[in-house]
Amino acid sequence: MSKGFSQIKSTVVPLNRENVDTDQIIPARFLKATSRDGFGKNLFRDWRYENDDEGQPKKDFVLNDPTYSGKILVAAKNFGCGSSREHAAWAIKDAGFDVVVSSFFADIFKNNSLNNFLLPVTISEDFLKKIFEAVEKNPKTGLEVNLEKQTLKLLESSQVSPLGGDLEGAESFEINPYKKTCLLNGYDDIDYLLSIKEDIEKFETLKSEI
Amino acid sequence: MSRTLFDKIWNKHVIKQIDGGPFVLYIDKHFIHEVTSPQAFTGLNKRGIKVFRPKQVVATADHNVPTINQHLPIKEELSRLQVEALKKNCAEQGIELYGLGHPFQGIVHVIGPELGITQPGLTIVCGDSHTSTHGAFGSIAFGIGTSEVEMVLATQCLLQSKPKQMRINIEGELNKGVLSKDIILYIISKISASGATGYFVEYAGSAIRSLSMEARMTICNMSIEMGARGGMIAPDETTFNYLKGRKFAPQGEASEKALAGWRQLYSDKDAVFDKEININAADIEPMITYGTNPGMGVSVNGHIPSLNEVNEKEKNSFEKSLKYMGLQPGANMKGKKVDFVFIGSCTNSRIEDLRQVAGFVKGKKKSAAVEVWVVPGSKQVEKQAIEEGINKIFEEAGFQLRQPGCSACLGMNEDKIPAGKYCISTSNRNFEGRQGPNARTFLASPLTAALAAITGEVGDVRDFINN
Repeated sequence: MSKGFSQIKSTVVPLNRENVDTDQIIPARFLKATSRDGFGKNLFRDWRYENDDEGQPKKDFVLNDPTYSGKILVAAKNFGCGSSREHAAWAIKDAGFDVVVSSFFADIFKNNSLNNFLLPVTISEDFLKKIFEAVEKNPKTGLEVNLEKQTLKLLESSQVSPLGGDLEGAESFEINPYKKTCLLNGYDDIDYLLSIKEDIEKFETLKSEI
Repeated sequence: MSRTLFDKIWNKHVIKQIDGGPFVLYIDKHFIHEVTSPQAFTGLNKRGIKVFRPKQVVATADHNVPTINQHLPIKEELSRLQVEALKKNCAEQGIELYGLGHPFQGIVHVIGPELGITQPGLTIVCGDSHTSTHGAFGSIAFGIGTSEVEMVLATQCLLQSKPKQMRINIEGELNKGVLSKDIILYIISKISASGATGYFVEYAGSAIRSLSMEARMTICNMSIEMGARGGMIAPDETTFNYLKGRKFAPQGEASEKALAGWRQLYSDKDAVFDKEININAADIEPMITYGTNPGMGVSVNGHIPSLNEVNEKEKNSFEKSLKYMGLQPGANMKGKKVDFVFIGSCTNSRIEDLRQVAGFVKGKKKSAAVEVWVVPGSKQVEKQAIEEGINKIFEEAGFQLRQPGCSACLGMNEDKIPAGKYCISTSNRNFEGRQGPNARTFLASPLTAALAAITGEVGDVRDFINN
């Protein structure tokens, strides 16, 4: 989802595991870079490779399974818990994902994702279960994320491309209206905060007088 | 109107609310370290702006530093470059840096309090989820991501939604041998690793009031491990006495004025919380974790849940977790052998933690089967440990007293636990690979870790101290 995002239709990568922490998403030993780029190759590093060796991919891990691909990562409850490392959001984004779907996100991860135009979509446990079951039955099952309408739709495999098609299931999701505007228009929080610097300075003066 | 401690501080720091959106929250103190700040400085440079309030920012190097031979250049190039980038960024922006070699260097959540920078009533952030530690002083303190670090560097403000509020009351007297680490591991085991997501937590009750500042910091530190954005404890005489005379705490007349304000920082009698949990202190026993998130904990006398005790929906994750740990459902934790003992991290590396360990191991020798690392949280803790002769006790016991840093808590620097080995650790996370690829972690209190260092296995420290 680059700036100005509104809708995405894609097949999904299912990661049916609860409590996926940011140490799994990107282990600490890969946090030594001083830029934001290139973290994708180490996404889920220790679940992807045997003995930390890129020559030995673990066949049973979903990112190594050519059956699954897409711009949408679907994960079980409490995704992104643990460390505040924004590298987790950078790694997911860098690996080609624009959306993460789960029934529950950890707070800091959610903020970090939104600040990087990676959309966290929270849905019910039931709908999440339905998505996992549909993808298991047919890996070409897709999802349509519509940020403007705040809806997530399950698509039959044939409907992923071309655009359009009937629904198999759908749910609406919540997003803070301010953040939605930012994502739709490509604004970031720093631009906004810099624009109210006078208010901040006034506040500091008042505060020091108390 | 009755207000909570959180409301009182929050309201004083809100500049405005965006229509239907988040609040603009003013940040008093910003701690930074080498791992989560470089990209934020790059962002500022790209925008062509300077740090807005450099005097409100304090930096240290902790995550990526070695804990032996700190006087030598850092061996690993990427780690060295990251620490050097912090030095350069701080010099360019006029930020105070307590880097390697500085007498104040240490883990960011240890040095803030010990220098008196952390004070009641402040808003404090850091690009580190354990920033919740500082809430022990009655401040709003929470971890942020790097984009947010950039926001605070640029404007001293953050855009934040107001969290829900939870109070956890712990009443009564703690059992002998039970430390504050056991309290927090007990709470997380009861409410799960996501049980407080979306909440800011206030810890209250007579058991909390009886704790030292160090012990309170351990509890607030692990708030994030149940998903809470932060944890806090109303300041009291224990807090005020701790701060007295610390380098950056208010002195003289300023101290009187500050104290008058700090005494107003408590939740009003009728204040309403979104959720309240009551715990009886007497129910808490020394705790140990067996799984791969901090909610997977039991009493050291307890057993790992058997499969029929686990919720159907969680069975898959539970089995994967035990497979990683090499443990069987239903097994007892007592008697489980360990290979490493790590005493350190922002959770338990303060002087009180080291004193507790030293008090227990004095005159004893470590088990031949284990390697024991004690890593002080700061240069000041290290200095004090040496002054008190604690280093000698460790030396005689066969423990390694290393130099300050995050060390083996996070498998980032040189200190890692080898694959497949078991480490009883006073740190905060037992995630897969947290202490090194395929390393296995048992989280515990400093006393339970000290006991394992001597016996080589998990045990109940009360079997030893009551005799």
